[in-house]
Amino acid sequence: MWARGLHRRFGAVAAVQGIDLAVRRGEIFGLVGPDGAGKTTIMRMLAGVLRPDAGEIRLEGVDVVADPERAKPLLSYMPQRFGLYEDLTVAENIYFYATLFAVPAPVRRARSAELLAAAGLLAFRRRLAGQLSGGMKQKLGLVCALIHTPLVLLLDEPTTGVDPVSRRDFWGILYGLRERGVTILLSTAYMDEAERCSRLALLHAGAIRHCDTPARLKAAMPGALLAVVTPDARAAHAALAGAPGLLGLLLMGDRVHVRVDDAARRAPELRALLAGQGIGAADIAPVEPAIEDVFVALLGPGSPP
Amino acid sequence: MNLRRLFAIAFKETLQVWRDPRSLSIALLMPLMQMVLLGYGVSLDIRRVPLCIYDQERSQTSRELVERFVASGWFIAVHHLADARAVRDAMDRGTCAGAVTIPVDFSRELASTGAAGVQTVFDATDANTTAIAIGYAQGVIALAAADFAARWAAAHGTRPPAAGRVDLQPRVWFNETLDSRNFIIPGVVAVILGLVGAQLTSLTVAREWERGTMEQLISTPVTALEVMTGKLIPYFAIGAFNSAFCLCVSVFWFQVPFRGGLGTLVLTTFLFTLVVMGIGYLVSVRIRSQLGASQVALILTMLPTSLLSGYTFPIDQMPAPIQAVTLLVHARYYVTILRAVFLKGSTVLDLAVPILALVLYAAAIVWIAARAFRKRLD
Repeated sequence: MWARGLHRRFGAVAAVQGIDLAVRRGEIFGLVGPDGAGKTTIMRMLAGVLRPDAGEIRLEGVDVVADPERAKPLLSYMPQRFGLYEDLTVAENIYFYATLFAVPAPVRRARSAELLAAAGLLAFRRRLAGQLSGGMKQKLGLVCALIHTPLVLLLDEPTTGVDPVSRRDFWGILYGLRERGVTILLSTAYMDEAERCSRLALLHAGAIRHCDTPARLKAAMPGALLAVVTPDARAAHAALAGAPGLLGLLLMGDRVHVRVDDAARRAPELRALLAGQGIGAADIAPVEPAIEDVFVALLGPGSPP
Repeated sequence: MNLRRLFAIAFKETLQVWRDPRSLSIALLMPLMQMVLLGYGVSLDIRRVPLCIYDQERSQTSRELVERFVASGWFIAVHHLADARAVRDAMDRGTCAGAVTIPVDFSRELASTGAAGVQTVFDATDANTTAIAIGYAQGVIALAAADFAARWAAAHGTRPPAAGRVDLQPRVWFNETLDSRNFIIPGVVAVILGLVGAQLTSLTVAREWERGTMEQLISTPVTALEVMTGKLIPYFAIGAFNSAFCLCVSVFWFQVPFRGGLGTLVLTTFLFTLVVMGIGYLVSVRIRSQLGASQVALILTMLPTSLLSGYTFPIDQMPAPIQAVTLLVHARYYVTILRAVFLKGSTVLDLAVPILALVLYAAAIVWIAARAFRKRLD
């Protein structure tokens, strides 16, 4: 699946301006970016439910912009907002989507048993979808999306608001799909999820700023990363602003990630600076960047073009 | 059109209506309530007009005349007054709609000349009702006058003055008892079916937008035609049930004579239901909130159906431009058809013109509705 030169405006707002992407078969491709970066708009255009103002989308050779109806049997789209019928039961929702995708009844029964088991929803078949928890709803959405074995799966922030156990189930299903050659494109706000993708596109203001594997994106991050672990990380974060050789600062719970031009030279300087401010720095050590660091480094203010 | 997908949509929609108290109550309770309210509440008949009697003479004859007013059934005597000022007061207070004044020399005049005058005064605030009441009063007095004249002639040994008299012998057809209910009820049925049908379908697409289920639905291979047809099927079933219910209540409860063929009734009701549901569906496609859609559907169906369909106000009495507008009101054709089928026993051939109009209307609405829904978010 690839897209070229995608543009979409909403009134005066240019939501997506000139997106190019190519997703290989069997890949888990992640769209990462802050709210309003255009993730949902891109997803909708790829799913054939929103027309781009300009640009081209091909899915397994089908022109999605010109003939979205021919593309729809090939894909499954799970919108950000829960899109199933809350006044229908789990089983009824599955039956509905299976039938719309012309899944034969024996296949439907076998697949729905298999998927419901993987999602931990077998016991909830007769429950109304509206009475499921947030995580169970998202898993049901995935079950309905997968009932017809799509070639391409489009997931718009599928695990937002989902508990960790459900997220693990969710990813277990996604990895299983990748084995079968299903192409998955998902948008996410969770960095640990972004790290599980085979490739990532970092979106900002409707454009892709960087697109590569998580490892190569980390390598591309300029400077080196130091973790400052202190009892008062917040105060340290404030104190470190304006330190010499500083490229970036990120508060991460009980620690501050400091990106500097030269780790060996700056580490003692930082320790001295903190001590001068009366903040006892317990530990300053180089760390491997997490994707969140990369994200901030590559999309934040003063980031490389 | 894929039949399994069509069935899936219809099945899903049925479950949703079944589990939605709002839809279900519109579907089943509204017809019942309206049938009772409109069937009993709306009557164009004028009966029991309250009269004040100012009998100056209080003779046997004058009392007989008053008795005749009451015995006719059109009037009731609410007050017997003692002077002319009291008549004026009663009219002002609205305790009576009319007053009959019998002069002090009524029976004396009648006895000596065979003729006497009686004065009636009516409150013409409601001109229509008053005109009808005056007609009734004239009828009562004419009958009494004829009897008095015959008695006078007998007493004087002459023949009653019959020469040169032309008698009107009225026969009324189709609604022999001149019961306005027979005329109103078929119209009520049309109003209810028109209102309820459009209300129900006006929610169907708007509900999907409002609840966020539309985005996922349009990402599937389902076609716009399958969505429309599948969604309308359960409402058609409800419409058929409501039609049968309203028509049965008309015939068996309100005792409206039914003289036409059941086939004609079923065919025309089907066409009308198609038009009504098409209108509701169109509104639902255009307006993406349930409340907004049901309001628009209400305005679009309620006003034209109740005012311009000929259900209460006769179309041929409207100014020409308004009459032209009524040609666009779908209910007008169905009201015409229902009345004719019920009261005249008209056949499909007799009703070719309004039936054809409904067919064209249905075809146009369905054609537009089928194209209105786009599987896109924008």
